[in-house]
Amino acid sequence: MSIMEYNGGSVIAMVGKGCVAIGSDLRLGNQALTVATNFEKVFPVTDRIYLGMSGLATDVATLREQFRFRVNMYQIKEERDIEPEAFAHLVSSTLYERRFGPYFIEPVIGGLWKTQGGEYKPYIAAADLIGCLNFAKDFVVAGTASEKLFGVAEGLWEPDLEPEDLFETISQTLMNGVDRDAYSGWGAIIHIVTPDKVVTRTLKGRMD
Amino acid sequence: MATDGGAYSYSLTVFSPSGKLVQIEHALAAVAGGTTSLGIKASNGIVIATEKKTSSILIDDSMLDKVCVICPNIGIVYSGMGPDFRVLVAKARKSAQAYWKIYGEYPPTRVLTQEIATVMQQATQSGGVRPYGVSLLVAGWDVNRGPSLYQVDPSGSYWAWKASAIGKNMVNAKTFLEKRYNDDISLEDAIHTALLTLKEGFEGQMTEKTIEIGVVTVPTPTEIDAERMAGPNDRPKPTFRKLSEEEVRDYLAL
Repeated sequence: MSIMEYNGGSVIAMVGKGCVAIGSDLRLGNQALTVATNFEKVFPVTDRIYLGMSGLATDVATLREQFRFRVNMYQIKEERDIEPEAFAHLVSSTLYERRFGPYFIEPVIGGLWKTQGGEYKPYIAAADLIGCLNFAKDFVVAGTASEKLFGVAEGLWEPDLEPEDLFETISQTLMNGVDRDAYSGWGAIIHIVTPDKVVTRTLKGRMD
Repeated sequence: MATDGGAYSYSLTVFSPSGKLVQIEHALAAVAGGTTSLGIKASNGIVIATEKKTSSILIDDSMLDKVCVICPNIGIVYSGMGPDFRVLVAKARKSAQAYWKIYGEYPPTRVLTQEIATVMQQATQSGGVRPYGVSLLVAGWDVNRGPSLYQVDPSGSYWAWKASAIGKNMVNAKTFLEKRYNDDISLEDAIHTALLTLKEGFEGQMTEKTIEIGVVTVPTPTEIDAERMAGPNDRPKPTFRKLSEEEVRDYLAL
């Protein structure tokens, strides 16, 4: 069995109109045995950037701290918040540093960046475990249910969704995706990032 | 024992009783003996310029580069020792590329200036080395702070300037700039002021062969947004560039 499936779990991010949504399931497993049902895999990076990580849970925790360290150092040195694109590159280069002994995680990034006109534009990206970036215009997925999530997202997602509609779309996608995966599920958490606030909601899911 | 600076003249890292590090003072003297360089921040850009002197007419001056591009948005000029500058340029370029490798973009002017300043500070505290015999003017543009002009000294200290001069005529040139400078000067005017200031202390003929100019131009908001949405294969459009000999000649003629 692959180490990527050892703990289970899935992450997804979607683009909306002037907003992004990012979410994960809450299961932490030891192969088929469920150990915890409150294991969040999405973490805040700045007020407008979230990072989700699926894969080996120990590496998820290690990298969460690693990125916290690097982003804090960046903020102190540059006296500004990191932008989504620069953060995506930071994630990519951090993972590629371990090219021949990688961290077993697949990151998903969702955030907003400000144009010169003061308008906010959505940004999402994902990468494989050695940091090959996939910059998408619609949605990105990762984890043990990624194949299922791709299928559902392909059917449900549409362009220019308002925050509330985007929440519904990402929730339905994630819940229905992980229901077809034994290693993901047990509820979910969704963050909707808009220019002035982030709405976080926890969802209940099937317990089988 | 040294006759002028006393016992403190030679050790780099020993303070004199007056609180000075004499080797750094000597490095500043090396800078003050170097050719004049200056920088002026304009409302829509920055100009850095220097006088290029050759010790013999037989030297091919097209080989000399005193204004150097570090990365597409930053350039520097120096006064003092040429070889030391070359080493710093190599280090600065490497540092800019290392930053690009991590963040996928080139460093802001202030971050690069800090990196250079750190290198120069280390040379005031390490064993077996001497301080760099140069002062630098760093001119660059970045999306957060816009155009910025910094000066770095052999001690490793740095400041942001609206206009500054270093090297042989720095005192006169600074007085001249103080009189000429105002906040809403345009880049074109700044280039002419730069040439006029250099002219004050110039020995010999000012030609496109004996002057070097570098300029920072501020991109439009549309260009900035386009840059950020560019794909991985698109090269960034430079905001710093050196003026060609033809361009320098045109400015001198006006």
